[in-house]
Amino acid sequence: MRVLIDQDKCCGAGSCVLSAPDVFDQRDEDGIVVLLNAEPPAALHEAVEEAAAICPAAAITVEQTERV
Amino acid sequence: MTTAERIDTDPGTEPGTTLPALGLPATRAAGCPFDPAPGVERALREEPVTRATLWDGSSCWLVTRHQDVRQVLGDPRFSADATRPGFPFFTAGGREVIGTDPTFLRMDDPGHARLRRMLTADFMVKKMEAMRPEVQRLTDELLDRMTEGRGAADLVAEFALPLPSLVICLLLGVPYEDHEFFQRHSGILLSLRSTREEVRAAQDELIGYLVRLADAKRDRPDDAIISRLVARGDLTSAEIAAMGRLLLIAGHETTANMTALSTLVLLRNPDQLARLREDPSLIKGAVEELLRYLTIVHNGLPRVATEDVRVGDVTVRAGEGVVCTLNTANRDEDAFPGGGGLDVGRDARRHVAFGFGIHQCLGQPLARVELQIALETLLRRLPGLRLDIPFEDVPFRHDMGIYGVHALPIAW
Ligand code: HEM
Repeated sequence: MRVLIDQDKCCGAGSCVLSAPDVFDQRDEDGIVVLLNAEPPAALHEAVEEAAAICPAAAITVEQTERV
Repeated sequence: MTTAERIDTDPGTEPGTTLPALGLPATRAAGCPFDPAPGVERALREEPVTRATLWDGSSCWLVTRHQDVRQVLGDPRFSADATRPGFPFFTAGGREVIGTDPTFLRMDDPGHARLRRMLTADFMVKKMEAMRPEVQRLTDELLDRMTEGRGAADLVAEFALPLPSLVICLLLGVPYEDHEFFQRHSGILLSLRSTREEVRAAQDELIGYLVRLADAKRDRPDDAIISRLVARGDLTSAEIAAMGRLLLIAGHETTANMTALSTLVLLRNPDQLARLREDPSLIKGAVEELLRYLTIVHNGLPRVATEDVRVGDVTVRAGEGVVCTLNTANRDEDAFPGGGGLDVGRDARRHVAFGFGIHQCLGQPLARVELQIALETLLRRLPGLRLDIPFEDVPFRHDMGIYGVHALPIAW
C-alpha cells in the first residue's frame, strides 16, 4: 500500500490522526496533515483505508501496491 | 421566474417530485424525541432527493441519503456562501444576520480556507488531547459542586452547559464571568422562534462585545486565540469578532446539548448504559455512536448549487438550494445497518454529525475530548443516576437550531 496526501485540500479536521496515528499527524504551525509513513505495514492497512474514507476533504489517496 | 417556482410547476412527474413538498424545518413525531421527523424519514425511504418548502414559501431540494449527503457536502459546486441567490435559510433571522456578518462557515474556498487555517492548529488533535487533564479537572469540580449535600439538580444548568463554556472561554480568552450575557444572546441567535429584530439585536450585542474584547487585547495581550488573532495584524477587529462569535457559540451550545441528550438517551436505554458502565473502554466508540444517533444539528446543512449537478435521480440546477439532512444520513440503513437503534459497540466513525467536506466541524477534536470525559465521569461518579421528572415532561429543544433539552432534572 502506498499513501498519498494533498496538503492543499486538507481542512485539518484531524479524523485521519484519530484513525491511524502511526501514519498521519498534523503540522504544528497550522494543523495540516503530514504523512509519517507512506508505505505502512499490513497491520495498519485497515486503519488507513478508514482514514481515507472519512477524510472530509478527500485529501488522502491509497494506492494498492503489489504484494511480493 | 425563479428556478424555485419552476420546480413547483412540475408536480408529480419528474424524479424528486412525487412526494408532496415537505415544510422545513420538519416536525418530529410526538413521543419520538430521538428520531428524525417522519417527513424526512419518509423521504429517505421513498424519495431520497425530494422537494421541500422553506418558511418564506421558497423551494429547495432535500438530500437525505448518507452517500448523497457526502457527495453534496464534498463537492465545491455546492456553495456554502449564504450571500448567493437561492441559498436556503431556515428562518427570517438567519437571513437577517448572514448577509452582513459572514463568517468562514458561510464562505467558499479560497476565502474560507484562509480564515479556517488561522485556527486549525488551535483545535488539532494533539492540542485537544493535551487538554484532557484540564477538562477532567473542570469536570470534577463541576460535579463536586453539583452533588455536594444534594440528591438532585438540573444537569444542563449545572454541568452540561458550564463545562464547554468554561473550556471555550479559556481557549478564546473570553472572561467566564460574562457567560450569562453570551449564553443568553447565543440562545436568541439559535432559536427558530426569534424575530428578525431580536436576532439582529442579539448579533449586534455579541459582536460589539467581542470587538471591545479584541480591542482590549491590543493593549493587554495574552496567549489565547482572540489575542493571537489580534497579534497577526492582518485582521480587523470586526473580522476577529465574527470569528470569535462563531467559535463561542459553536463551542458551547453543541457540546452542552450533546452531553445532556446523551445522558438522557442512555437513561432510556438501560442495557446500553450498563454496557458502557461495565466496560468504560467503549467510551470513544460510544461517543461516535451517540453523535450519529442523536445528530443534534437536526435541521440539516444548507448549500446552493453553482452548476447543474446530478444527485441521485435528480439534476439540481445552478442557483437551486439544497438542504442535506445529517440525521437521515446517519440513520441510512445502507451505511449503518440497524441504525434506528442505539448500539454503543457499533463502529460509527463514518457518521456525518460533524458535517462533511471542507466545512466539517473545526472543533470536533475538542468536542470528542469533552464528551468522552464528561460522560465517562458522570456515569462513574453517579451510579444511581436517574431522571427526576416523567420522561413526557422533558423539555426538548424542538424550537432551536441545535437540538437537545432545555433542562434535564436528574437525581442520584
Ligand atoms: C458535539 C459537538 C458539535 C457538533 C455536533 C458540531 C457540528 C458541526 C457541523 C455539522 C458543522 C458543519 C457546518 C456546515 O458545514 O455548514 C460544524 C462546523 C463548525 N464547528 Fe462544530 N460541532 C460541534 C462542536 C464544536 C465545537 C466544540 C467547536 C469549537 C470551537 C466547533 C466549531 C465549529 C466551527 C468553527 C465550524 C465551521 C467550520 C467551517 O466552516 O470550516 N464545533 N460543526
